[in-house]
Amino acid sequence: MATEITSDVVTSALPASAEENEVRRNAFQRLLRDPQAVITGSIILVFIVLGLLANVIPAHGPNEVVLSATNAPPGTEGYPLGADATGRDILSRLLHSINTAMVAGIIGAGIALIIGMTLGLIGGYFDRFRTPVEWGATIIQTFPGLLLLIVLMPLTGGDYRWTMAIFGVLLTPGIYRIVRNQTVGVSRELYVDAARVSGVTDFRILGRHILSVVRGPVIVATTFLFGSAIGTQAGLAFLGVGSKEIPSFGSMISDGFRNLYIAPSQYIWPAVALGVLNGAFVLFGNALRDTFEGARPKAEKIEATAVVEGFAADDVADSGQLVQVRDLGIAYRSPGGHLNEVVRGVDLEIRMGETLGLVGESGSGKTQTAFGVLGVLPAEAIVTRGSVRLEGRELLGMSQADLNRLRGSSIAYIPQEPMANLDPVYTVGRQLVEGIMASTQVSKAAAKERALELLGRVGIPDPARTFGAYPHEISGGMAQRVLIAGAIAPKPKLLIADEPTTALDVTVQADILDLLRDLQAEMGMGIILVTHNFGVVADICDRLAVMQQGEIVESGTTVEVFANPQHSYTKMLLNSILDEETIRTDPPMAAAGAREGAR
Amino acid sequence: MNTPLLEAKGLKVAYPVKGFRKPPVEIVHGVDFTIRRGETLGIVGESGSGKTTIGRAILGLAPISGGTLTYDGHDLASMNAQQRRKLSREIQVVFQDPYSSLNPSLTIGATLAEPLIVQGWDKAKATRRVLDLLDRVGLPKNAAQRLPREFSGGQRQRVAIARALAPGPRLIVCDEPVSALDLSTQATVMDLFIEIQRETGVAYLFVSHDLAVVRHISHRVGVVYAGDIVEQGRTGDVTVTPQHPYTQRLLLAAPIADPGLQAQRRTERRELRAAQEHLSATEASSASRPDAA
Repeated sequence: MATEITSDVVTSALPASAEENEVRRNAFQRLLRDPQAVITGSIILVFIVLGLLANVIPAHGPNEVVLSATNAPPGTEGYPLGADATGRDILSRLLHSINTAMVAGIIGAGIALIIGMTLGLIGGYFDRFRTPVEWGATIIQTFPGLLLLIVLMPLTGGDYRWTMAIFGVLLTPGIYRIVRNQTVGVSRELYVDAARVSGVTDFRILGRHILSVVRGPVIVATTFLFGSAIGTQAGLAFLGVGSKEIPSFGSMISDGFRNLYIAPSQYIWPAVALGVLNGAFVLFGNALRDTFEGARPKAEKIEATAVVEGFAADDVADSGQLVQVRDLGIAYRSPGGHLNEVVRGVDLEIRMGETLGLVGESGSGKTQTAFGVLGVLPAEAIVTRGSVRLEGRELLGMSQADLNRLRGSSIAYIPQEPMANLDPVYTVGRQLVEGIMASTQVSKAAAKERALELLGRVGIPDPARTFGAYPHEISGGMAQRVLIAGAIAPKPKLLIADEPTTALDVTVQADILDLLRDLQAEMGMGIILVTHNFGVVADICDRLAVMQQGEIVESGTTVEVFANPQHSYTKMLLNSILDEETIRTDPPMAAAGAREGAR
Repeated sequence: MNTPLLEAKGLKVAYPVKGFRKPPVEIVHGVDFTIRRGETLGIVGESGSGKTTIGRAILGLAPISGGTLTYDGHDLASMNAQQRRKLSREIQVVFQDPYSSLNPSLTIGATLAEPLIVQGWDKAKATRRVLDLLDRVGLPKNAAQRLPREFSGGQRQRVAIARALAPGPRLIVCDEPVSALDLSTQATVMDLFIEIQRETGVAYLFVSHDLAVVRHISHRVGVVYAGDIVEQGRTGDVTVTPQHPYTQRLLLAAPIADPGLQAQRRTERRELRAAQEHLSATEASSASRPDAA
């Protein structure tokens, strides 16, 4: 979850450069920069062109039998790749096979696309059709594909185009599921609701709002199906299913196979052509997916924060405070390569038993600063300067193992979204016990006892029940209490809370703040509270620091700053607060009444 | 003049549950409220209280399962999709999330023109109207050619307001429209809402979890708790001297941005909670007494 928050902060903190916008703008241009797409795309293109020239390049027709040319070796006059056992030109047959393959792909993938898309949009958008359409797709999927194609031979009369049409129907569920899932997702977007409220018809919503989102993944899937249709057609022809008149990679491989010992090259040509063509489609599909959907994000691993080259922590005198941050700088690399500082020389101090409010608007760098202290910045972040000390020990540049030990015992963290920070698969208790065992090295039984005790301490009415509950069975407020219980388990010296009550209702927020206050009084820890809410600051913070664009513009005791703000930004923020006294008093528009009356 | 623009009587909303013969889940249990022309009715409540569902029922996005909802003499509950579409000129919406409420692949101009074009405006006229709207909500004219991702949250919310204003509605359902915004942006967007109301006489149903926001913009306020409106009345009465225990808790739970006053409020809140707990305990014991007898 932490990564999700930070990525959000990063995007809002970094102004998208013109270069980056350009890169995002056009999927086609990005495709042209991907060597894999360019190479495989070119191969496919070359095949298409060769296929189109099938009647121009070779000297003979694909089925023209010249007995004198039987098994002619490659290079024979008029037969550049030789001739097969019945004296047919291999080059000519190869080029015509390309056309067969392409037509097979177009029919197979095309039919799957049209039917799958239609069913997917209907089944995904209209609730009442969802079940019947789903049934239909499931039934199609239960058919044994290849077998059915062979059994239906009498019906298709051996024409590969009919066979491919049936194959297309069998491929339909693949496209259908992609379209359906995307459609269900998009139709929950608020902009679709807004369009409905505006009186836009369903048909237009599907065409305008939903199709544009569905398009990308469907193009990718179709490319794969195209390759699969070509492979299936070749396979059937290899087995001898279908007309012998139609030149096809499959039938050529089959012919060459029988002739393997006399003229092995007859088998090689079609096999290589089919392999390259099919491979090109699969790799092209992969490249398309990377372009449209972006490379799959890797699970992020927390590592020691990167520092700029030649970094040495500032050597500052220890002030004896719990936390001492001096001149901290955190930067992100722009696509152009230079460093953008989002935290620019921040100084902070926190004493034991004190709560510091880090206040600012979105993109001000407040969360980045907190994560910098915690040592859990996202992998792309780079520390550029400064020093972060916990009880005099420098944290910047510390080894991962040391930092881990410290995070388990001395520094704890409470996130913004409690639910997202609990694994839905395991019970609350199991997750708590795991954390306690990792940070305090006690036995499982002792950890369980401690977990129950902590759950009681954070005000959960029935600790044993909550211990055995799964995260979805408890409310957001309870989930936050559970996370607080986990955070205070090792009796940390410093607690970093990142907007801990923002996702909660006000009545729950008040209780959570009370709890933090009580815990602090009991355990004497220092708290860094990141928030945008001045009410929360007034409630719980002893001191506050106001951040704007990566810098602290004002800091002081809460009472002082509220009573007598110095910086214009602080004044502006305090003035924006909707105070208790302002109540709307102007009556509903008199003019409206007059107009209605005149009607 | 005195007939309200919108009137709900015993309005119920229930969602069907997937599965054979499962009873639907009722979210709103029969609420009464009215919105007069040019007036703002604030709806305040916590997450899961049903406040958003009330707004969605008015918009035709949630199934009405009981009661009546009358807009200007028409019963919204009994309308079919086509009749509903005709009313879309009159009732509009501004959603909470300025990110997902604009289609990321359409330009601002295309988003704003859509409601006009479906109402049969010609293109030139619609384009002119779009420019007027952008101007009205304080965005530059060249915004029309740009995509949503080039705008901040506050600017996007202005676009969403412009979209709602496009067909000239008489009622706008505002579903937490300032909750996702920064403090300073929040204040200016609220002012824009009030200004537009004064100019055009549009009525708002203003849904929010934030008592301060509702107090700032509403003429009257309804407090929703667990699917019922537990208290409603003039803003000054409901938000300053609330009668219902839940509203009292809600009021005292909101922290004041002043350390001294907040310390005082905290004490009041604790006292209130102790008193309410005591009360419910005695109620429970008096309720259990007849059983014991």
